[in-house]
Amino acid sequence: MGKILMVPALGRILLGLLLLASSLSALGSSSPSPDVRILSAERRVDLTSSIVKVYLTLKVENSGASHASDIFLAFSPTESEHLAIIKASLPEGKRKKKKYIPLDVNPTELSEAPNGAKLFSKQQFIEVLYILTHSLEPFPAEISQSEPQLVYYRDSAVLLSPYHVVEQILYIKTPTNKIESFTRVDPTNRAGTELKYGHFHDHPPYYSSPILIHFENNNPFAVVEELVREVEISHWGSLQVKEYYQLKHAGARHKGVFSRLEYQARPSINGASSFKELVAKLPPRVNSVYYRDAIGNISSSHLRTDYQKSELEIEPRYPLFGGWKASFVIGYSVPLEDFLFESPEGQHYLNFSFGCPLYETLVDSLTIKVVLPEGSKSPSAVLPFGADQYLEKTLSYLDVVGRTTVVIKKKNVVPEHNVPFQVYYNFNPIFMLAEPLMLITAIFLFFSACIAYLHMDLSLAKKA
Amino acid sequence: MGAKAGSSPPVVPPPASSATSFFPSINGLKLKTKQQELLIRVSILALVYVLAFAIRLFSVLRYESMIHEFDPYFNYRTTLFLTEKGFYEFWNWFDFESWYPLGRIIGGTLYPGLMVTAALIYWTLHFLRFAVHIREVCVLTAPFFASNTTIVAYFFGKEIWDSGAGLVAAALIAICPGYISRSVAGSYDNEGVAIFALLLTFYLFVKAVNTGSLAWALASAFGYFYMVSAWGGYVFIINLVPLYVLVLLVTGRYSMRLYIAYNCMYVLGMLLAMQIRFVGFQHVQSGEHMAAMGVFFLLQVFYFLDWVKFTLNDPKLFYSFLRIALTCAISVGSLALGVGMATGYISPWTGRFYSLLDPTYAKDHIPIIASVSEHQPTAWSSFMFDFHILLFLFPAGLYFCFKRLSDATIFIVMYGLTSMYFAGVMVRLILVAAPAVCLISSIAVSATLKNLTMLIRAKNNATPMGSSKGTASLKASAKASSFDQPLPYQRNVAIALLLGAFYLLSRYAIHCTWVTSEAYSSPSIVLAARGAHGGRVIFDDYREAYFWLRKNTPADAKIMSWWDYGYQITAMGNRTVIVDNNTWNNTHIATVGRAMSSYEDEAYDIMKSLDVDYVLVVFGGVTGYSSDDINKFLWMVRIGGGVFPVIKEPEYLVNGEYRVDKGAAPKMLNCLMYKLCYYRFGEVTTEYGKPPGYDRARGVEIGNKDVKLEYLEEAFTTSNWIIRIYKVKPPKNRW
Repeated sequence: MGKILMVPALGRILLGLLLLASSLSALGSSSPSPDVRILSAERRVDLTSSIVKVYLTLKVENSGASHASDIFLAFSPTESEHLAIIKASLPEGKRKKKKYIPLDVNPTELSEAPNGAKLFSKQQFIEVLYILTHSLEPFPAEISQSEPQLVYYRDSAVLLSPYHVVEQILYIKTPTNKIESFTRVDPTNRAGTELKYGHFHDHPPYYSSPILIHFENNNPFAVVEELVREVEISHWGSLQVKEYYQLKHAGARHKGVFSRLEYQARPSINGASSFKELVAKLPPRVNSVYYRDAIGNISSSHLRTDYQKSELEIEPRYPLFGGWKASFVIGYSVPLEDFLFESPEGQHYLNFSFGCPLYETLVDSLTIKVVLPEGSKSPSAVLPFGADQYLEKTLSYLDVVGRTTVVIKKKNVVPEHNVPFQVYYNFNPIFMLAEPLMLITAIFLFFSACIAYLHMDLSLAKKA
Repeated sequence: MGAKAGSSPPVVPPPASSATSFFPSINGLKLKTKQQELLIRVSILALVYVLAFAIRLFSVLRYESMIHEFDPYFNYRTTLFLTEKGFYEFWNWFDFESWYPLGRIIGGTLYPGLMVTAALIYWTLHFLRFAVHIREVCVLTAPFFASNTTIVAYFFGKEIWDSGAGLVAAALIAICPGYISRSVAGSYDNEGVAIFALLLTFYLFVKAVNTGSLAWALASAFGYFYMVSAWGGYVFIINLVPLYVLVLLVTGRYSMRLYIAYNCMYVLGMLLAMQIRFVGFQHVQSGEHMAAMGVFFLLQVFYFLDWVKFTLNDPKLFYSFLRIALTCAISVGSLALGVGMATGYISPWTGRFYSLLDPTYAKDHIPIIASVSEHQPTAWSSFMFDFHILLFLFPAGLYFCFKRLSDATIFIVMYGLTSMYFAGVMVRLILVAAPAVCLISSIAVSATLKNLTMLIRAKNNATPMGSSKGTASLKASAKASSFDQPLPYQRNVAIALLLGAFYLLSRYAIHCTWVTSEAYSSPSIVLAARGAHGGRVIFDDYREAYFWLRKNTPADAKIMSWWDYGYQITAMGNRTVIVDNNTWNNTHIATVGRAMSSYEDEAYDIMKSLDVDYVLVVFGGVTGYSSDDINKFLWMVRIGGGVFPVIKEPEYLVNGEYRVDKGAAPKMLNCLMYKLCYYRFGEVTTEYGKPPGYDRARGVEIGNKDVKLEYLEEAFTTSNWIIRIYKVKPPKNRW
């Protein structure tokens, strides 16, 4: 997935993001066209995990004479703050071959949107997926060991949109049917784990109707506050990966007693919202896996490998309750040929997956450091989405000038970011020999020094 | 031996003639054998070097590359600090994370040798671009220095006997369990480098005495400096060396060489040692160092008298002078000592030193020293465990030493005997005795093997014509007998003895390997046990709890626990502790002991006065782990009671018996320690067929199953219940 296919015939559909606050004027010329209407909007909000996924299907119509190059989506300030990723696609053709266009969450870039793109001469479906992080607020904010975790989800019953919306519906899926309360906006239906708001008809632009849902969610609220992934390329045949995790349970804070007895006797009731196990998806053919932290090896992990993927089950040293933290390091090495390729221009490139290997875990701040071999030149990273990049020097084993390191930083990373990225660089294989030659020279010098020492008489006075 | 071989040829002419006929080839061969011998020696040493390192890696193989036990965690933490912040910061480090609220001046209260050594290795490796972690350096420091010790042992053996003895000494010390016990990979403690420094200092000093060279004496002063910087055991050197000098004086072995060696070593060594902040002026002021100073002055007097005797050249006059001079010297010396003692300028001996001389002293006066298991008097079994055959070879070696008395052998005899005495007083001092025992035993082994092989080889030459000689009425001592007059079956007996010796030595090697892998490689942080299906079960509870503390308590939380765990909590948990393994303040420890042995409400006041946020106890009732706080509890009572008479030991005992079951003393059943260990334990079934609340460590059903806590609440218990952490509740509202 995640292919960037720009088909010229189709043109470009730009889905912009705008903040409802006063930033509207900043958009300049490309403001939403008043001629565009949304005929129908269907939103499906998935609240089953700690990450909120929203699937939005829009049916758009341009009634005006001019071409509409952009379609704007509106987000409230809090939503835009927590927006991790947004993907849009056009169901195209019979088989619904989808073309994804990645989007920047930067409204200023909107003004540079290419003009003269295709006009919607008729009705057009657009599918959008966006993911919100940290959007479930635990309430009560502190729970004891035996209590389930309840969270608030805030949204608007009607789609916040700069366009006139003719007809719309909202489905909200909760993990269990334990819903404490929810705002009623007629018509509202509740069936099992699903809440249905709508159909609503004819809402003007920027109309919103706040709703609040209070429900039970005992899924692990595992958040990696900071993840640093170091990928070290050795042209001798292996790729070493070292990942530093700062893990936190971001759900309702644990309060009061932690009783091991209760936890061991009735784990499903006592500590329902806690988690003690995480699964990391590692590449196939992974070897030399380790799992440790600042004070040593953590002896509770299992590795399952098959030819498609490897799965590493890790248990932190203690179960994580709300607000508890843990930190650890996962390291492994994989064969180089699986990840390093040569581009037609003769450059080497690393093709490695971005994002966090842990399932269903969001990362607040991700740093990827690709340590290129010593002597690499002109590195450049190619990412399917925007991220901060800069270069560094790393000094590792037997380095003289240091290894060029490409550092990529991104905030708010969700599992959907697990797409490959590439780092291109030039490397002359002759540099591979530098380190062995250095070692050989050092040993040679040592032995020559020994020989010289044994054959020299350093005493001042000659012995009789 | 060489002299004997030289004296034998005149007895029989035929072999001499044959020797002349072979002369050119033998000469060519001889050079070759010399080279071969060198090659063999160097390769044996290299192998021993590798062996000494490799055998200590059992702990890494069976567990992981981690720091062991208690004190090493402090050393690791300080090394980390040193490598991160640099030497000056380290030297001026005031640690507010321990001994709350007193704190500890780390730079002035530790022996920095180990940390500086590890940091230097680390910096060197990083300079050479070996990007190793400091933990790996710390873990492997002790094996590395053990390897170096084998080299020193070789040279030492060579100095006191011959190179064969040196080789044997190197091999023996490489795998001696007494030494391995404190120098396995991960045992990052002062002793790891200190034994190297100790042996090096002794070797250099003996070398200085043997040669009378100022250079060797200087080297030994530097060796002493390194030893002082590394371990408090340097006191042993600074008392043994003067004692040795005194013995040489008494036995009439005084020489200029000794004078040079001792003076240079003492004066320079003293000046250097005073540069270590922890030692400082103690080196000239404290009672433990007075012997060295006394002998230093005595040596001057002796030299002076020698000179006077030489100048006067009149025995009568000299004797009267001697009398006056001696009286003056002794009275001035004792006066100075008396005044120094009276004014407090010279501090008296410390408790630890006393307890060395008198094994019962600590038990009566300093419970805190007596409570440490490694300070207990040594049992015979542990001698056998740690020395194995060396225990029998030691007297034999002493015999050889006495047979060939020299300045060097006198030294090793004195070192062996004194350290054996100390090893008997304190378990952990077996370590100090280990090099001496190995060296002396190596003399026995080497000399015996050499004699036996000589007998066998001489027989080969001698049998053609030596069999006719029947009157072998010489001394029957097989070892010293000249082989030109063989006894009947001498060769067979020699072969049998040789085989026996090899058998013994191989048993030694097997024993050492077994002991190392089974007994001395456990890090004691991670506990391993055999599961029901024979699989290895790992209890990693200590690190679980410490890491929980590190991550989930406020950064300034104060943890109260018994002092054993202080270093580990600060190093692994990164939290402030009230007391730790540096037991410098007895009152503070007694306060904690008092809190642990009081009722909960009384303990609460004490804990509030110490700002305690969490209390940590170690409890082995679920797993059957016996070195837990309940088993240590009587020491807490004793140490607490030593300072606060409110705590009375008999109140915790029933008819002098320590129990936790129904028959236990009421105070015991309701004291804080009991409550914290057994809180909600009464609901747990630990073993099939036993009632709930069955304590597996002590094998009884506990007496108070309904433990209610009023001022504390359970904050964390590890998965096997080994560590339990309680949070001290804030004070109740008054209104």
